[in-house]
Amino acid sequence: MSEAVTIRARFRVAHPGFVLDVDLQLPGRGVSALFGASGSGKTTCLRAIAGLEHAPGGYLSVNGEVWQDDSRGVFLPTHQRPLGYVFQEASLFPHLSIRRNLEYGMRRVPVAARRVSLDQAVELLGIAPLLDRMPDKLSGGEKQRVAIARALAASPRILLMDEPLAALDLKRKNEILPYLERLHGELDIPVLYVSHAPDEVARLADHLVVLEQGRALASGPLGETLARLDLPIRLGEDAGVVLEGEVAELDAEWHLARVAFAGGSLWVRDSGVPVGQHVRVRILARDVSIAQDAHTDSSILNILPACVEQLADDTHPALALVRLNAGGVPLVARITRRSAARLQLRPGQTVWAQIKAVALVG
Amino acid sequence: MPSDTILSDTALSAVWLTLRLATVTTLLLFLIGTPIAWWLARTRCWLKAPVGAMVALPLVLPPTVIGFYLLVVMGPQGPVGQLTQALGLGVLPFTFWGLVVGSVLYSMPFVVQPLQNAFDAIGERPLEVAATLRAGPWDTFFSVVLPLARPGFITAGILGFAHTVGEFGVVLMIGGNIPDQTRVVSVQIYDHVEAQEYAQAHWLSAGMLAFSFVVLLLLYLFNPNGRRR
Repeated sequence: MSEAVTIRARFRVAHPGFVLDVDLQLPGRGVSALFGASGSGKTTCLRAIAGLEHAPGGYLSVNGEVWQDDSRGVFLPTHQRPLGYVFQEASLFPHLSIRRNLEYGMRRVPVAARRVSLDQAVELLGIAPLLDRMPDKLSGGEKQRVAIARALAASPRILLMDEPLAALDLKRKNEILPYLERLHGELDIPVLYVSHAPDEVARLADHLVVLEQGRALASGPLGETLARLDLPIRLGEDAGVVLEGEVAELDAEWHLARVAFAGGSLWVRDSGVPVGQHVRVRILARDVSIAQDAHTDSSILNILPACVEQLADDTHPALALVRLNAGGVPLVARITRRSAARLQLRPGQTVWAQIKAVALVG
Repeated sequence: MPSDTILSDTALSAVWLTLRLATVTTLLLFLIGTPIAWWLARTRCWLKAPVGAMVALPLVLPPTVIGFYLLVVMGPQGPVGQLTQALGLGVLPFTFWGLVVGSVLYSMPFVVQPLQNAFDAIGERPLEVAATLRAGPWDTFFSVVLPLARPGFITAGILGFAHTVGEFGVVLMIGGNIPDQTRVVSVQIYDHVEAQEYAQAHWLSAGMLAFSFVVLLLLYLFNPNGRRR
């Protein structure tokens, strides 16, 4: 693993009908997503990291500090852990104004340990106009932004977020996502982000942990992990990869933007992102088809030369997953097994990846 | 006893004693009842049901039963009586502080139950949020639980106070009828009626009626539960 490990979490929790058994090593920077269906244990895992639940026999260290080591009788209560926690519901204190809510955690941190100022948290989340209001006067999206700012104002060494967008509708969700991306860019606080929404993961995560039935199926950098053929099965229709690139050129006539990445270029719809901006694009496996020749007579705009790396069966017996290497960048294609047989696909073969849809995710 | 004045000195001293008793009892009940209510609201211990039932007993027991047992336990031969004597406090029955003990027990459910409901209604989440914002348990109690449970405290205070004011049976059993010590308004009314002093009995009774109505009115007016949201 290229990332430095700074969070180590080993928990075993056994309830009737539910077992959490994980041993995670997570990077101490960027966003790590704990991804899984409901009941996969991701929230339990996050609560155990926060100390809200005590997983007996567990071990947890964050940035070299041991927060839990039951073999030595160490268990720091939640209020002594320098963390921030954002719950699914904003859970603002209803008896305090927004300003007092924000100050609640900050005032309990010694001045010398404060690294995020109130102004900074307010500015990052864009909540300055809300400060003197009471929580019941805010919309769901505003409340959740305040909750995030409140967690940040306590200068956490790690920010834990438990599906912070799940209780919001799509519009509110889109209102908050840009702020989350800003956090990512502007603060050097590692984030653990629990989600069951592949689009949020694609947009925000740098590191991905896939949980299923209390176990970690995979843990690694987002790009590599998404391209693993043993996982797309679990993602179903959302199987796909995320690429990082830069806007290299705008085509004003056709309203397109060219995103350059290590393996070449992709044309995407121009959504007003300026040239030079770092962006992420997401390519779903179902939108990638494979051809032996570079067709110039098709409507498909993005056609990349690629090399077949691996073939695997998909859940449905008619389908297969193919991992391609486009100039060092992994792509996954979902095609029928009949097509795979007709093209006689095999690892090492050079083909053309036809990409029908590319989504700019951030 | 002059029957032409509205409230005689003895009646006034009974009113004053009643208010003193109710105030002391209510303050003590906040101190004792809050931890009990908190424990009842949060515990998953099997003792929750038995303790809850114990606290609620005065709701169903005749006050004479409570008074009788208190008399026995706090009397010169009772275990509490032996203890208070050993501590040089004398025996509690037929004293003001004996009444306080009886009133605290008798009015306990009227304070504990509203508080327990208020604590229940707060739920786990605000406490967890406070913990993730570095607030320790005591800090959380004072900065989050107390303000959120305020309507419960108001209800508990009013009910505890009013119920103590309206107490009769327990007082009669363990307090008797000593002016300035144990003769509260309800006992005074009883005395007046016994003595056929209906005018005085009327004044005090009407006072109690008005007081009780105002208290309940305040409770219904200011208790936000059910009124807003």
